[in-house]
Amino acid sequence: MTRRGLLWAALVLALLASAALSMSFGAAYVEPSAVALALLSRLPGMEALDPQLSSAHEIIVFELRLPRLMLALLVGSSLAVAGVVMQAFFQNPMAAPSIIGISAGASLGATLAIVAGVSIGVAGLGAVPLAAFLGALLATALVYVLSRRGGRTPVGVLLLTGIAMGALMSALAALVLVTGQDPARRDLDQVVYWMLGSVAGRSWTHVGLIAPYVGIAGGLTYLFGRDLNLLTLGDETAHYLGMNVEQVRLTLLALSSLLTAAAVAVSGLIGFIGLVVPHLMRIMIGPDHRALLPASAIAGGTLLVLADVVARTLAAPTEIPVGIITSLLGAPFFLYLLHRRREYAM
Amino acid sequence: MGDGVLAAVNVTCGYEEREVLDDVGMELRRGEFLGLIGPNGSGKTTLLRALTGQLRPSAGEIMLDGVPMRQQARREVARRLAVVPQMSVPPFEFTVEEIVAMGRSPHLGRLQSEGADDRTAVDRALALTHTRRLAGRPVTELSGGEFQRTVIARALAQEARLMLLDEPVAHLDIGHQVEIFELLRRLNRDEGRSILCVSHDLNLASRYCDRLIAMEEGRVVAEGSPGEVLTAERMGALYRCTVQVDTGPGGRPRVTAVGSAAGEQGS
Repeated sequence: MTRRGLLWAALVLALLASAALSMSFGAAYVEPSAVALALLSRLPGMEALDPQLSSAHEIIVFELRLPRLMLALLVGSSLAVAGVVMQAFFQNPMAAPSIIGISAGASLGATLAIVAGVSIGVAGLGAVPLAAFLGALLATALVYVLSRRGGRTPVGVLLLTGIAMGALMSALAALVLVTGQDPARRDLDQVVYWMLGSVAGRSWTHVGLIAPYVGIAGGLTYLFGRDLNLLTLGDETAHYLGMNVEQVRLTLLALSSLLTAAAVAVSGLIGFIGLVVPHLMRIMIGPDHRALLPASAIAGGTLLVLADVVARTLAAPTEIPVGIITSLLGAPFFLYLLHRRREYAM
Repeated sequence: MGDGVLAAVNVTCGYEEREVLDDVGMELRRGEFLGLIGPNGSGKTTLLRALTGQLRPSAGEIMLDGVPMRQQARREVARRLAVVPQMSVPPFEFTVEEIVAMGRSPHLGRLQSEGADDRTAVDRALALTHTRRLAGRPVTELSGGEFQRTVIARALAQEARLMLLDEPVAHLDIGHQVEIFELLRRLNRDEGRSILCVSHDLNLASRYCDRLIAMEEGRVVAEGSPGEVLTAERMGALYRCTVQVDTGPGGRPRVTAVGSAAGEQGS
């Protein structure tokens, strides 16, 4: 097997292993054999296994762990792919949804929709991600316009603009939550949830809510692999190599905002996945986006699933919001990158 | 406009704040090696950006193969016109081979991966520019000369008949300068590429170009063979200094600035 083949195999194995861990560990431990039994019993022709299954295990596996696993995979993949796209979009390896304020923009959109009374129910299906999308789009467009300097986006300007944008959007989102119309929502738990990020207590409804957005936006993004490569060379060179730069930029802006919005709409602000995963994947399989995008999707899902396992077992039975775990891992990594890359001097 | 394959016709062009080019007419003819010279701020790079479709003229027209460029699809233009912009190393660690292969983009569909033709073109480009031994190296680790040859290789892989270069030897030592110009001459003579090269180095332009165009304040002020354009009087006026012209290698004029014309220096 080639080195590259081994890397792909390792990525898939890590994904499966993290999924297995996530099914077994949590407030209650479920034996891997019980998980396997429960999953097998749902396969056609295996109904005979059903009576051996305890109803508690069945509920834990199908109503708690599996949707949570699926949601973490979708959210982690979305954030990682959005990070890859933004880094090419800004021609800057330090860009990521949580770092330059895009996630905060999405959370402002989502909280506005929630407080306005659009519940996450069947009736309101899609409204919250859509509002989050508009928020993300607005934040990205603003950061882009404000941080461009003569056709480039210097890292210092980008990061500082992103900090200000993130602070502004987060403050507005918190303001909306604290002063929301519905007295039941006027509590700090909601704020904490949005600011810290969590996939706790998420159901199949949430999975269904974002799966179409993630699937479509992720699939379309993959079609832009070669364009993303060209864009990292700068707008001018991309133009010389036959790209319709403005058109591609607008499309990528929409796609990365959609991915970020889908993630934020169901899980709040989970930081650093979009920064850490693309960097690690570039080191492992190189910067070619045609490989980098799928690899980051797999690794992003894996990382968030693992972080979530840690989040729910570290202080069990108390759940730690998973955003705290990703920031504990990601923030030092970010500092390390800033320190290592001398050319990021501002 | 004669047999020009790429031409600027009465082009006025610039940036939001101000126009830089003022009614410029020029052409790059089939098979020639054309040099574009002039002092800083004379509009050389702006003209190049107009000729490549990067900047849209506010008046006049850029013609490629007799058709206005704005009426042609970007991909179609990129198959016939390759550009080597001023040096800027990308922030991501692509290998030399990956960068050169990106030159195939205008020939490939969105979901199409590189085929045998593309690999042949990339191999040829690597061979012609002597970058094959660098193929697996990240571009972020190359020297200036190595990187410039990589970018020229990418332009070659585009298999375009026309090649435009913006100061390809800026920041390179004299050994690498000659190496790049020898390479361009080979591409021009042996590979039939028509080349337009913006150069600050008058003597390299004199030695390697068939024809020169001199610009000043957004206008073409002289054009012709190096012998016709590079006179002491004209160069002295153009660059606002005292100039001596004698005969250099290959019998071409050699220009030396011997003193600044005090009081006359604009900027």
